Amino acid sequence: MAAGATQVEHGHEHPEGVFHQFENIDQQNESYIVGMWTFLVTEVMFFGPLFLAYILYRWQFQEYFWRTHKLLNIWLGGANTLILLFSSFTMAMGVHFAMKKDSRRQIAFLGITALCGVAFLVIKLAFEWPSKFAHHLYPGPNFAWPPHDGYDQATLALLRDVPSGAAEMFFSLYFGITGLHGIHVLVGVLCIGTIIVMKFLKFPQVEPYIPTEMVGLYWHFVDLVWIFLYPLFYLMPR
Amino acid sequence: MSATVVGKAEVERPEPGPNYLTNGQTIASWLLTKDHKRIAMLYLISISVFFAIGGFAASLIRAELISPRGVMLESETYNRVFSLHGIVMVFFFLVPSIPATLGNFLVPMMVGARDLAFPRLNLLSWYIYVAGGILMILAMCMGGVDTGWTFYTPYSSLYSNSQVTLAVFAAFLAGFSSIFTGVNFIVTIHRMRAPGMTWFRLPLFVWAHYATSVIIILGTPVVAITLLMLFGERVLKLGFFSPELGGDPVLFQHLFWFYSHPAVYIMILPGMGVISELITCFSRRRIFGYEFVAFSTLAIAGLGFLVWGHHLFVSGQSMYQGMVFSIITFLVGVPSAIKVFNWATTIYKGSVRLQTPMLYALGFIGLFLIGGLTGLYLASMATDIMLTDTYFVVAHFHFVMVGGAVMAMMGGLHFWWPKITGRMYPDNWGKLSAAIIFIGFNLTFLPQFVVGYLGMPRRYHYYFLWPEFQPYHLLSTAGATVLAVGYLLPVCYLMWSLKYGKKAGDNPWGAKGLEWQTSSPPPTENFPVVPVVTEEAYNYDPELAEKEETLADKLEHGLEAKEDEK
Repeated sequence: MAAGATQVEHGHEHPEGVFHQFENIDQQNESYIVGMWTFLVTEVMFFGPLFLAYILYRWQFQEYFWRTHKLLNIWLGGANTLILLFSSFTMAMGVHFAMKKDSRRQIAFLGITALCGVAFLVIKLAFEWPSKFAHHLYPGPNFAWPPHDGYDQATLALLRDVPSGAAEMFFSLYFGITGLHGIHVLVGVLCIGTIIVMKFLKFPQVEPYIPTEMVGLYWHFVDLVWIFLYPLFYLMPR
Repeated sequence: MSATVVGKAEVERPEPGPNYLTNGQTIASWLLTKDHKRIAMLYLISISVFFAIGGFAASLIRAELISPRGVMLESETYNRVFSLHGIVMVFFFLVPSIPATLGNFLVPMMVGARDLAFPRLNLLSWYIYVAGGILMILAMCMGGVDTGWTFYTPYSSLYSNSQVTLAVFAAFLAGFSSIFTGVNFIVTIHRMRAPGMTWFRLPLFVWAHYATSVIIILGTPVVAITLLMLFGERVLKLGFFSPELGGDPVLFQHLFWFYSHPAVYIMILPGMGVISELITCFSRRRIFGYEFVAFSTLAIAGLGFLVWGHHLFVSGQSMYQGMVFSIITFLVGVPSAIKVFNWATTIYKGSVRLQTPMLYALGFIGLFLIGGLTGLYLASMATDIMLTDTYFVVAHFHFVMVGGAVMAMMGGLHFWWPKITGRMYPDNWGKLSAAIIFIGFNLTFLPQFVVGYLGMPRRYHYYFLWPEFQPYHLLSTAGATVLAVGYLLPVCYLMWSLKYGKKAGDNPWGAKGLEWQTSSPPPTENFPVVPVVTEEAYNYDPELAEKEETLADKLEHGLEAKEDEK
């Protein structure tokens, strides 16, 4: 029987850029950020099973995985790590300048970030993977094991006793996980590109930092995955 | 009667604009809508189509099992039919059933919001669902899948000569559609509650959808990547699961059930939320132990993630692992029982009205009780060794999924139908169909407990070595026929009511809850003014309710006042 509660009139007096379901810009911004974090939770769970598979099979084939990992190019992987770490910095700067409403610098830093993503993909797809393909080191009926040339004698000697199944599993995990990560990098580059294009086309935005911050969260997540992947695949201890 | 929302709006409500059904009449206005109520209707139509497809497959299965030697299907065809039944019913009907239709329609209204937080994402989720559904129908037309809905490796990845690739991709898409719905609900419930709508004033329906969304965002990505890995193994020969390629098939089972066990809670928790609304409204009592019901919802969601190993008792996992999973599985019985006891206690000394939705709710409680208690036999390793892969298991999960989730879906649909369409359906027909469904369901699945206990394996398409099983199968098939009638009846009278039903008014049941405070059908913005909540949920008064006569009561007693004329 409680009575006398106040009511909020709802008309269409919303400020421009606030969708009709939200009361004000703060609620809208908060909702977008909470939504992005929720989405990142699903991303963590999405990568989880691949890491679980990695743990299981590395446990099973500890010695063989260590020997096989010598085939990966630690320098190309290292270069990619540096590129992504640097891009995380430029992304953070992009978000910073988006909040300061400094469009010019925001676009510049976002552009550098996107270029870093492209560089990462080029190193991966134009240098790393083709060398594996050339040696028939991809799982499937054409998997050629052990490799006979293309690597130094010490490595080849190490690989001689590795069963084909263990090596194939290593490369299944390698291509599976880094491939999925590569898709995420590509999506990130496309999202950053979309923001830049929308900026150039003067797409109406009231709080322009929100999309940038959301993409920034995503980009840092993608970086973080690689920070786990690099040591897991390239820097295995004996 | 007092209202949860109190204010001048009762008297001087602004001139009602067009409601959500009349606001835009073109097909494009439906296909491009961002209104959660319209998207719910789009979902309702599409899941009904898939329910019909899955139901048709079920009727083929039941017809085949009439005779010990089978009636009309080849072994291969039978495998494809039951796989189709499972995949369609799980991924395309049960998972989206209540959340994407009633949840989509009601969650924003119940928290007092104008829409979900991300309407475009909501629409996208429907389109992804439809894309997955079309791929699934395509896979079916191109020969179907013969792996069962569980897609166990290595059969599915290396050997099965059927449309596994396409079906797996379809299920993958359906998973993303439910992830989007889950993200939307979580953000909406966290950030969009009306002034005064504290967490402990939320209707239990909203609590149930919150818990469901948590399961969706934690579980569904796992099955998505697992299906993607299966896809990679089948197409690219990345050997994650096949022993020939160096992998471990049990890993697939672990990952698959890590989602698919919680997924049964995705299916049943929203149903439990519906039942909490129905029981309180038709008993006119505040729910007994609100906090306990709310927290038992979260407890089921949490425990649900720790029990998947009970699907692997016979897979060769460690016995000690099995013991832990068995104990935790028994623990799920505790929050489930809390709910049942609290519903029963809510009815006690209530002012009970046995209208159609209440019949469904009572049916739910009985069937869920049987389904839940028989689950304990399967949670115990010693009995599960005997019962695993028999019809006992089939009967158990159908009691929970059909007797639970589908009964709740039907009850909820009948309860909110006047709100959704603005029309009353004939209550007598509703009661009749509820009774037919209850009888038909029990006739179908009770014999399966017996025949499963006697040793009838699931997924077999003949049983000529055990002709003594035939009477049970005959009873079951007869029951399925009754059940089919029960499901077709509501389609008829609900469609009829769209045009000829009595005008429902705002609140024909005398129910509490914000959704009953606005007009029926609701306007696009849900509320003419933002509601302010000043009361707890379910603030019913059973003594006053004894004298109260709602529109539904009047229709029931044949005392239709001429009010609906004016």
